[in-house]
Amino acid sequence: MTINWFKYSSPASFYSLAGKMIPIFTIAAVVSLVAGLYVGFFVAPTDFQQGEAYRIIFIHVPAAWMSMFLYVVMAFWAGIGLAFNTRLSSMFATAIAPTGAMFTFIALWTGALWGKPMWGTWWVWDARLTSELILLFLYIGFMSLQAAIDDPRRADKAGAIIALVGVVNIPIIYFSVQWWNTLHQGASVSINQAPSMASTMLLGMMIMVFSSWMYSIAIILKRTRVIIIERESHTAWVAELQKKEFIR
Amino acid sequence: MWIIKRDLLLAIRRQSDVLTTLFFFVIVVSLFPLSVGPEMNMLRAMAPGVVWVAALLASMLSLNRMFSNDYIDGTLEQMLLSPQSLSLLVLGKAFAHWLVTGIPLVIMAPILGIQYDLPAEALLVLTITLLLGTPVLSLIGAIGAALTLGLRGGSVLVSLLVLPLYIPVLIFGAGAVEANMAGIGFDAHLSLLGAFLLASLALAPWATASSLRVSLE
Repeated sequence: MTINWFKYSSPASFYSLAGKMIPIFTIAAVVSLVAGLYVGFFVAPTDFQQGEAYRIIFIHVPAAWMSMFLYVVMAFWAGIGLAFNTRLSSMFATAIAPTGAMFTFIALWTGALWGKPMWGTWWVWDARLTSELILLFLYIGFMSLQAAIDDPRRADKAGAIIALVGVVNIPIIYFSVQWWNTLHQGASVSINQAPSMASTMLLGMMIMVFSSWMYSIAIILKRTRVIIIERESHTAWVAELQKKEFIR
Repeated sequence: MWIIKRDLLLAIRRQSDVLTTLFFFVIVVSLFPLSVGPEMNMLRAMAPGVVWVAALLASMLSLNRMFSNDYIDGTLEQMLLSPQSLSLLVLGKAFAHWLVTGIPLVIMAPILGIQYDLPAEALLVLTITLLLGTPVLSLIGAIGAALTLGLRGGSVLVSLLVLPLYIPVLIFGAGAVEANMAGIGFDAHLSLLGAFLLASLALAPWATASSLRVSLE
């Protein structure tokens, strides 16, 4: 059996598909969140060097991974939308941006919370921290550009260009910051110590990573649905949908 | 290229625009000693960074002018319709922007460096890095200017979009001067700045051209 994937690139059919998928991903996210937090906070042993404070990695590491990964995914879909002029891809990219920015912010915030007891300071100009901060700026730039443009199609395309320019720049920025950091030899602390983690710690972290994946998918699908309804409000199928909802 | 000549002519007719950018640069650089104190050792250490940040801001402030006047009077649409490659046109406009805003900054920088008591060799390095770096600023900035064409709050938006992308140039521009003052070689910095220049020469006009098409659709 072959599935006609292009069927789902139409906002109308994607809308109902996403509606069916959201509960699955939401349940997966909640279950794994509970399991991950349980393993993280009750099962995993206390670290003999860092004490209890290390437990923040169960939130910090997944958030940091997602923040970087989501930017690439966002740029990918935005690029597809720009190249093939598909509406749904651009809507998807727009839906990803706030989640990505949120994870970036969480990563920075939890990093600061961890830094205070460990390094004795909320913030160091470490290469990773700095590039994560710049990533946040890139997300904010993308979102504010789209917010400033009233015409949605122009917003999609302009956002796509800035997202792609950002993707080209991310490696350049990352390495610049790293070299800048070694030049300044400023930060006396670094996160580069190879972590030999207990397997339960690793397990807890992996469950949390899975959970943030599921959460991201669920929330992005949800947001895409909202964007679809908003943009397609002039079409017949949305009018029909509204009528159905109204009768019910 | 006729477009460089045309933009330069326009700039000469409206000299105040050019001078505003230059004086903005001078004022920002002069504000730092007033805010952190006149201690020469500290100022010398800060100088490369201060001059570079001020150059970044000054070149960013004038970005709006690159396309907006042509956009308002419809010239830009004619340019889009012309058979000439839009990327080349954009390259010409970015080059003119650099001649008008970048070059005065490069000329002014050594004088400001003297105010910060930079040694002669560091002044030379500062000038070279600005010479290599400011065209990159104009080229990357063109993308931001094209994307925000005709938007409300465009000039603030440009800074949000463009400043994060300027970071590598800033790091290696200011880094070269610092390396020179610390007695380390700065060849690597200059090579990287040159690489940024070549990469942005190749990619930025193209990205700007597609941004213009999006903005004028």
